[in-house]
Amino acid sequence: MKAISLNAIYVMWLREVKKFFRNKSRIIGSLGMPFFFLAFLGAGFSSVFSLPGMEGVNYLQFLAPGVIGMVMLFASMFAGISVLWDRQFGFLKEIMVTPVSRLSIMLGRVAGGVTTALVQGLLILVIGIGMGIAVPGPLGFLSALMMMLLISVSFISIGLIFASLMEDMQGFQLIMNFLIMPVFLLSGALFPLTSAPDWLHALSLANPLTYGVDGLRLSLIGFSQFPLWLDASVLAVFGLVMITIGAYLFGKTQV
Amino acid sequence: MVFMKAIKTVKLTKRFNGMTAVDSVNLEVNEGELFGLLGPNGAGKTTTIKMLTTLLTPTSGSAEVWGHDVSKEPDAVRRSIGIVFQEPAVESELTGRENLDFHARMYGMKRKDREKSIEEVLGLVELKDKANVLVKRYSGGMKRRLEIARGLMHQPKVLFLDEPTLGLDAQTRRSIWDYIKVLRKRGVTIILTTHYMEEADYLCDRVAIIDHGKIISMGSPSKLKDSIGSDIISVKTSGDPDGRFHSCMSKLKWITDVKKHDHQFSLGVKEGERKIPELMRIAEKCRVDIISVTLKKPTLEDVFLKFTGRAIRDEEGNVMSDRMKMRMRGH
Repeated sequence: MKAISLNAIYVMWLREVKKFFRNKSRIIGSLGMPFFFLAFLGAGFSSVFSLPGMEGVNYLQFLAPGVIGMVMLFASMFAGISVLWDRQFGFLKEIMVTPVSRLSIMLGRVAGGVTTALVQGLLILVIGIGMGIAVPGPLGFLSALMMMLLISVSFISIGLIFASLMEDMQGFQLIMNFLIMPVFLLSGALFPLTSAPDWLHALSLANPLTYGVDGLRLSLIGFSQFPLWLDASVLAVFGLVMITIGAYLFGKTQV
Repeated sequence: MVFMKAIKTVKLTKRFNGMTAVDSVNLEVNEGELFGLLGPNGAGKTTTIKMLTTLLTPTSGSAEVWGHDVSKEPDAVRRSIGIVFQEPAVESELTGRENLDFHARMYGMKRKDREKSIEEVLGLVELKDKANVLVKRYSGGMKRRLEIARGLMHQPKVLFLDEPTLGLDAQTRRSIWDYIKVLRKRGVTIILTTHYMEEADYLCDRVAIIDHGKIISMGSPSKLKDSIGSDIISVKTSGDPDGRFHSCMSKLKWITDVKKHDHQFSLGVKEGERKIPELMRIAEKCRVDIISVTLKKPTLEDVFLKFTGRAIRDEEGNVMSDRMKMRMRGH
């Protein structure tokens, strides 16, 4: 049999997308936190923050790419881990008993998760523009889209890895507090890492999201720590490794 | 030509953390047969089904479904089977039709086949008018019917029904039994698990009684019941003061067993319905007044009791709370 079934990937994707758009309250709910980050943190810190080496950039502009990175991180992790809900509600059995390769099932899930996460990220970009961030040029927009995609693939895969290793939602709080939050806070989304203490700066370099946020910032406001090619390649390699591990572990899942 | 078995297992075994859930099970199911696995909760029925449907890998032993080994050719097995799970396994955020369409695409069905098949199975389970409603608004019985419809979409050779009527009301159970009978007529091989004796008795061509992971008896329901040996006639009298009726009964060869509680006699006999007139005559001769006579045919429950010394119903407990537990464990 074929290892990859496009039909199966498509229908797995379709399911995620339909579920996402049918659940209006969840979409609005998921936009609440990033909106308040932009509105309140952005406004609140604008007056006390001056960013060394980034003259002419106010805090809101600095923050917006970070918040988009945050949305991608949260939405993607949730999309990956939502396999656990399928397990809980029995639908995973229905999926796993079909003659479709585990790889196709996983790719369909990744495709669905990337789509829904991208929609959320773009919505926040639109909100940010509404608050006064400059509209990105076509090139900047495309490279921002690419960074969002890479962040999404990486963290959906991590979510899938956890979902394959966990039996139920019990460990979710642990992942939330000890993985997602540190990854977010150490990514340079909220403050510039270049002026952070050395130990914090070192930790941030080991954080894949740092490169995602950095690439987004370069794409959207033109300032960054690293060149775009470095941001993109670090994330691409990381994403590839994660999706491979994810595919392996998901393939071994028993229901 | 050698006839293939729809299912054949040899010493099929599954252990979880040192606990043996399925213990050296040997099964053979013929093509077109409606085969039942009957046993209390936790007997190993669902684990057996999960191994046969490739959702769990056996610890040891082997199983073939439609000629394909479940461990070596899982995809060939998956293509040959349909399954209706014990717990609902539908996507509640999609409509009934979308659930069926999802399934059909996963099985690689072409557009034309998909549409035709969806209409057909919806008609069979009488869900056409609810097809475009989100499944989360379905009742339990409707969900189960949708799942049965889905299990048939890709025209499986072997259909697994794991406790198809668990937790459903009597009326819905009846209609699901009717669907199962229709499928049986179409020649689909069906494996059904249940802990309802009457369900196994009413539907199945052959039944395997399973307890603690082992098959303790196998055969057609009538053959299994015959193994109990006799019917029970209970005769309630107004009294047998001089014990004449009792001694008369005890002397008769065709009564295999006589028990007396107060004024009530329990008699073990074969073909009980034919023996009642005879008993009446004897009672008249003994001048004993008979108040009532009841005839009890043996059930699969009695078969289970005979082999295990326990009643299935003792194990049944609260079905709903068991389902919740299963869900919490995430199996």
